[in-house]
Amino acid sequence: MSRYIPNTRHQQGEMLKELGMGSPEQLFESIPEEARLKKPLDLPKALSEPELVKHMQEIAGKNANLDEYTCFLGAGAYDHYIPSVVGHVLSRQEFYTSYTPYQPEISQGTLQAIFEYQTMICQLTGMDVANASMYDGATALTEAAVMACQAVKRNEVLVASSVHPESRTVLKTYSRFNGCDVKEIGYSDGRVDLEELESKISGRTAAVIVQNPNFFGIIENLSEIAALAHKYGALFIVSADPISLAVLKSPGEAGADIAVGEGQPLGNPLNFGGPYLGFFAAKKELLRRMPGRIAGETIDAEGRRGFVLTMQTREQHIRREKATSNICSNQALNALAATVYLTVMGKQGLKEVADLCLQKSHYAYEKLTATGKFQPVFSAPFFKEFVVRAKEPVSDLNRRLLGSKIIGGLEIEKFYPEIQNGWLVAVTEKRTREEIDQLAGKAVGV
Amino acid sequence: MSSREVKLIFEKSREGRRAYSLPECDVPRKDMADLIPEELLRQTPADLPEVSEVDAVRHFTALSRRNHGVDSGFYPLGSCTMKYNPKVNEDVARLSGFTRVHPYQPEDTVQGCLELMYKADRMLAEITGMERVSLQPAAGAHGELTGLMIIKAYHESRGQGKRNKIIVPDSAHGTNPASAAVAGFEVLEVKSNERGCVDVEALKALMSDEIAGLMLTNPNTLGLFEENITEIAEIVHNAGGLLYYDGANANAIVGISRPGDMGFDVVHLNLHKTFSTPHGGGGPGSGPVGVKKELVPFLPVPLIEYSDGRYYLDYDRPLSIGRVKSFYGNFNVVVKAYAYIMSQGHEGLKEVAQAAVLNANYLMKKLKEYYHLPYDRVCMHEFVLSGVKQKEKGVSTLDIAKRLLDFGYHPPTVYFPLIVKEALMIEPTETESKETLDEFIDAMIQIAREAETEPEKVKGAPHTTVVGRLDEVRAARMPVLRWTGHSK
Ligand SMILES: Cc1ncc(COP(=O)(O)O)c(C=O)c1O
Repeated sequence: MSRYIPNTRHQQGEMLKELGMGSPEQLFESIPEEARLKKPLDLPKALSEPELVKHMQEIAGKNANLDEYTCFLGAGAYDHYIPSVVGHVLSRQEFYTSYTPYQPEISQGTLQAIFEYQTMICQLTGMDVANASMYDGATALTEAAVMACQAVKRNEVLVASSVHPESRTVLKTYSRFNGCDVKEIGYSDGRVDLEELESKISGRTAAVIVQNPNFFGIIENLSEIAALAHKYGALFIVSADPISLAVLKSPGEAGADIAVGEGQPLGNPLNFGGPYLGFFAAKKELLRRMPGRIAGETIDAEGRRGFVLTMQTREQHIRREKATSNICSNQALNALAATVYLTVMGKQGLKEVADLCLQKSHYAYEKLTATGKFQPVFSAPFFKEFVVRAKEPVSDLNRRLLGSKIIGGLEIEKFYPEIQNGWLVAVTEKRTREEIDQLAGKAVGV
Repeated sequence: MSSREVKLIFEKSREGRRAYSLPECDVPRKDMADLIPEELLRQTPADLPEVSEVDAVRHFTALSRRNHGVDSGFYPLGSCTMKYNPKVNEDVARLSGFTRVHPYQPEDTVQGCLELMYKADRMLAEITGMERVSLQPAAGAHGELTGLMIIKAYHESRGQGKRNKIIVPDSAHGTNPASAAVAGFEVLEVKSNERGCVDVEALKALMSDEIAGLMLTNPNTLGLFEENITEIAEIVHNAGGLLYYDGANANAIVGISRPGDMGFDVVHLNLHKTFSTPHGGGGPGSGPVGVKKELVPFLPVPLIEYSDGRYYLDYDRPLSIGRVKSFYGNFNVVVKAYAYIMSQGHEGLKEVAQAAVLNANYLMKKLKEYYHLPYDRVCMHEFVLSGVKQKEKGVSTLDIAKRLLDFGYHPPTVYFPLIVKEALMIEPTETESKETLDEFIDAMIQIAREAETEPEKVKGAPHTTVVGRLDEVRAARMPVLRWTGHSK
């Protein structure tokens, strides 16, 4: 019997007898003969625990991991430092083996943590209300677009082409089915092309979506875009890097109506792309249209403070096909990681992280361009990531760096064919001057 | 559980305290103003808490003590499969070779991740009787949405774009109709018959050339196997529709029966249910979607392929619906599910289903004397009781659930499915012993007695938790959704 099944064969026999059955097969008599498995599943033989560990170590060993390689790759997923406390809190079974807090009396830990998370997301984004999390930044952005279309009762969405390419693809996938009409706005000097935006925006536009810093790492002038969007009665949606919010103008300050983003940089490991979390915040007028779970404060009969899931009449289990979204399970543990991360970093620490990213990325930019082998592509201000043009195909360059245990930047041509030999380099607070100097040295080649 | 109120982290904040430790800036520092123009900078700082490391650790430890997890005790939350989450899976998922890998690293440097995903795809396809599986959806509902998009794209590719209606049973989970709506379908409801299964005649009456498909959970949300499944599949297929399998309840049938062999065309699985990955307080889950051969071209990009001894991401799939999520899904959750399947094999999975179904039937048999059982026949991995008998005494299902808290249990799912009055949906899972079940039975019997003899005790429950019943009406009417004070 499997080690995870406590009942012995003998006990199972007794239980079957109580049911008047002679064999477990009798339990499955309602399954029609033709639907039953005829032969064993073709699966590998079960491994014991030591065998499993060895097997998993072997597979993991086939990957180059960032304990051994130095990472200058970002593009939506970043190698920020994760304080030790985060992993320890997440390892508490009371958090990771529980489920959605349907029974508030025995889920105050999760509920209060969500309430604290919502507060921190509001503080960072400068918005009024936040939900408990979405699947990731891309789906959060997509749901924001859907929400805007419903709120404004229009269906055209203008998205900047400097928004993460994968977020735009998710938006397009959904819009093929939900009736949103997605149009792209190009960039000029790496920023939203305001002239193009002005020429395309109209009374049909439900929302304007930008990312800040955008996919090129460049800081957008949010206030100008907000003014334009609002002039036409459209909502302004900003997808922000949460680390940058320690120093950059918040979506709220800039006049955004909805702020979303990829929360991975807040205490979540890279994990080959997931699980991460999407954060979602909005102005309070939009509260009743928000997707996802929301925790709220209340009291019990004795007046003690407590927290519950609230505003549930928006949700699928009550509204079914009329719900604001179909989301049920979200990314709660990742949101907890973000909460613990923001607690540990705090008001000062997050600013320091942001400042280190800013200083080091600019140092790297200067180092690389000073070699003469890399040309600037844009001149607009950037935060922790930038694009330079190499004199060779980036795949060759990255292959060479790999030999020195460096994971180079993104070959941006994959997403933007017009930026030939473009290299998107990310520099977090973890990169040292020595590592950056080494990058510049090796990148030049022989 | 600790009963002292835990202050909010913001209320514990003291200016100047810190828990972080960062290296000094080792590059020549520049003035922020020289790098970023003033008008792009933040005006008011984010008012995040300032605490020490000990404060932070004590705070979250105190919060955790106000939670009930599977490791704390029995958690028979129907439809959620709250089985034990093996510790070794947590360990192996934390290997740096999985956690410290960037999604855009060159393919040659992530062969292990790709191999694991490729094999997980193949194993889940084998388990469900499908051709290929996409691991991209993040949860069950996301899988439903993806599967429905695939169904729509399939019909459109055959010039059948007018097929814009999806049928869901009245017993379906709320995400089914919600996902259908998000995918742009109109939702039709089919009623259940007196045996708790899809009413076949009613289903036939709904058939037309506008039907895109039927969504079904099997066993359904009453814990009953849809005994007419092959006939149902024939009806839908003959009308040109497809069958969608909501795999939330797959724990009842792994290693016993496959959705593909029942006639389903598209399935999603909840790795956070059947495949033992922890629920994380509400996620992350993972909702892989499997499809039959004809539908493979429509799966999200990328799929993982293998040739010449090398795994690679295949984006060259012109009929694909596109992406539904960034990167490749909740990869680290898939790692845990993969480890689970590798430690079970065929025999292990079959034992899972058998033990889960046996536990459910044993509980049902013992409890039906005390609580009304609307559908009295052999159940699968879960069953649904009704609190109507107790309701006559003024004790509601909510009261029963709250009273269970005093016994240290997480209550069953309540008031779902909607077709059972005062529903109590009980799913013990295979990882509970007979002793645990017997103790739970005793508690349920005691509560049934209390409902007769001292109903006030049940109605006033819980009596032992850190807070009593919370005022949900107040929470919704006067929403306080964030802390609004100012830190010290
Ligand atoms: C029957 C059924 N379908 C779908 C879902 C949705 O799954 P998820 O929460 O992973 O999105 C659930 C989850 O509770 C369920 O029980």
